[in-house]
Amino acid sequence: MTLLPTKFGPYGGQFVPETLMPALIELEEAFVSAKADVQFQNEFNKLMASFVGRPTPLTYAKRLSEKLGGAQIYLKREDLAHTGAHKINNALGQALLVKRMGKQRIVAETGAGQHGVASATAAALLGLECVVYMGEVDIARQEPNVFRMKLLGAEVRPVSSGTKTLKDAINEAIRDWVTNVRDTHYLLGSALGPHPYPTIVREFQSVIGTEAREQMLLEVGRLPDTVIACVGGGSNAIGVFSGFVNDEQVELIGVEAGGSGIETGKHAARFGDPSKGRVGVIHGTRTYVLQDEDGQIAETHSVSAGLDYAAVGPEHALMRDNERAFYTSATDTEALDAFQTLCHTEGIIPALESSHAVAEVIKRAPKMRKDEIILVNLSGRGDKDLNTVIKELGGSEK
Amino acid sequence: MNRIESAFANKPIFMPYFPLGYPDLETSIDVIKALAKNGADLIEVGLSFSDPLADGPVIQHATQIALEKGITVKKSLEAVKELRKRGVDIPLILMGYYNPMLAYGLEKFVRDAAEAGADGFIIPDLPAEESEEFEKVIGDLPLIRMLAPTSSTDRMERIARSAEGFIYLVSVTGITGERKSLAEGLGELIAQVREHTSAPVCVGFGIGTPEQAREVGKMADGVIVGSACVKTIGGSEKPVETAGEFARSFREALR
Ligand SMILES: Cc1ncc(COP(=O)(O)O)c(C=O)c1O
Repeated sequence: MTLLPTKFGPYGGQFVPETLMPALIELEEAFVSAKADVQFQNEFNKLMASFVGRPTPLTYAKRLSEKLGGAQIYLKREDLAHTGAHKINNALGQALLVKRMGKQRIVAETGAGQHGVASATAAALLGLECVVYMGEVDIARQEPNVFRMKLLGAEVRPVSSGTKTLKDAINEAIRDWVTNVRDTHYLLGSALGPHPYPTIVREFQSVIGTEAREQMLLEVGRLPDTVIACVGGGSNAIGVFSGFVNDEQVELIGVEAGGSGIETGKHAARFGDPSKGRVGVIHGTRTYVLQDEDGQIAETHSVSAGLDYAAVGPEHALMRDNERAFYTSATDTEALDAFQTLCHTEGIIPALESSHAVAEVIKRAPKMRKDEIILVNLSGRGDKDLNTVIKELGGSEK
Repeated sequence: MNRIESAFANKPIFMPYFPLGYPDLETSIDVIKALAKNGADLIEVGLSFSDPLADGPVIQHATQIALEKGITVKKSLEAVKELRKRGVDIPLILMGYYNPMLAYGLEKFVRDAAEAGADGFIIPDLPAEESEEFEKVIGDLPLIRMLAPTSSTDRMERIARSAEGFIYLVSVTGITGERKSLAEGLGELIAQVREHTSAPVCVGFGIGTPEQAREVGKMADGVIVGSACVKTIGGSEKPVETAGEFARSFREALR
């Protein structure tokens, strides 16, 4: 018997080897008791304020709104959180749980490196040993973050199996966890994996939505009409969506990685490509997974490492079925354009992941009225992506 | 008596694992037949998956090659049928991850597996919490339950009580692969499991040599050998002959 529901409708669950089941049960217990513990909540909130720099601001994107000529655009500035992305909210929350469980070691996977950096940071702050698994392809394209993790005292282990990206880093992190589960916590970085991870990650990321809703009401005087976020595993999206999910009039839009275009097959649009995106089980959870006819997990492609993953968090699968949220995609090219647009109009260099959300804003805002409002979750900053952008644009930057 | 029950007539039994399609489909069929003819009492026939998260490097590598050579669930089931045609009459248990079975269609998978002559299933990423869906369609064949050193007493009791066929006891906290020495406290772990069930208890993960098998065989009803089997046979110029020798050496050790 579990303390919390393990599923989101037909999605989610705990598809893991028996060896890990007791650790999931222990984690769930620690989480449930921490949630009810005022002292834990105070400690978390204090760190969010004094270490992460929360609340992150809400920024009115005046010039972008004018340029697009439609809806008014507001940015939730997770790029201004310490370490440069929303990932720190969850990493710190889980690291506090690790302390509570009396474990000393964490393993983490990382794609873009942001979750790895956040985990390394939390480990340094709380005095934990930290090992980060990262695919070799991602190590090459997110090099600055590899240095950051090392500087923070983490060990970065390159993963050369499979597609050498996020999926394979998760495999290796789970293998390490299975082997060292007695003293090691798997600090999973997105709203993915077996229960209780999707719930825990959503809870720690819900601070984004809670703050954004308050800020909209306080600073703008009303709720947005549309909330847009990029969806890799789905943690920043579920975090901001959770603030508005009960406001039925607010439209929620998730943006997946369209890669080279859905029709090319080179993408990571789990919802966007019915020929490959089907319900299956990967990394402990039942959800939409890009796979072949035989149930082998498909290779994915995205210019952004953080969205380059074959599965999507199970709660998003349910929100999509229920039509509480809608999902679309942006291609590499659209994301790179949006990246430059935001640089020029707002003086903000966004992460390539977040640029996918901005790309959807660029498509949508002009079709909306001037008195309508879009809130976009700017999940991270783009410093880590400069190498990739230089390579992709090859001097053709506008 | 079904095939699994008969296999346990002379304990401890030897249960090697080998993936279909490695190093190629035809060789894997010959290897499995050679294992059966030379002393294996039950064989775990591996179905390949792109993301085998409970497996160490040896099995990862072998199943990756099997996939590159084009193995599918369908071809694997046909190979089981072929093994039966060629006179292999020991139990063949299909061991694989859940997603390819789901993609094939669970009902169809179970039906086709039974028809092909499989005797049961081991699914490492399907713990008791999630197995209901599979059990609904499984028919007469057993889903082999796994227990681990980390399993709590009440889980052990609950899972062992509902065991069918045999219990797969994971001997080490970890993934598949050989270990230099046997896990500490294995005897107590086996004794603990036996408190809750009369089903045979078979031990796997980390057993690589006939000497280790002999030690485990003194305590358990069956010895499961995966990575060592795959590595020895896969690394051989003459895989079929090596399979025969491999099986004989373990059979001998377990006398
Ligand atoms: C800045 C940024 N945004 C978004 C993501 C995607 O993850 P998620 O969908 O869990 O928010 C990442 C992942 O690495 C990221 O670094």
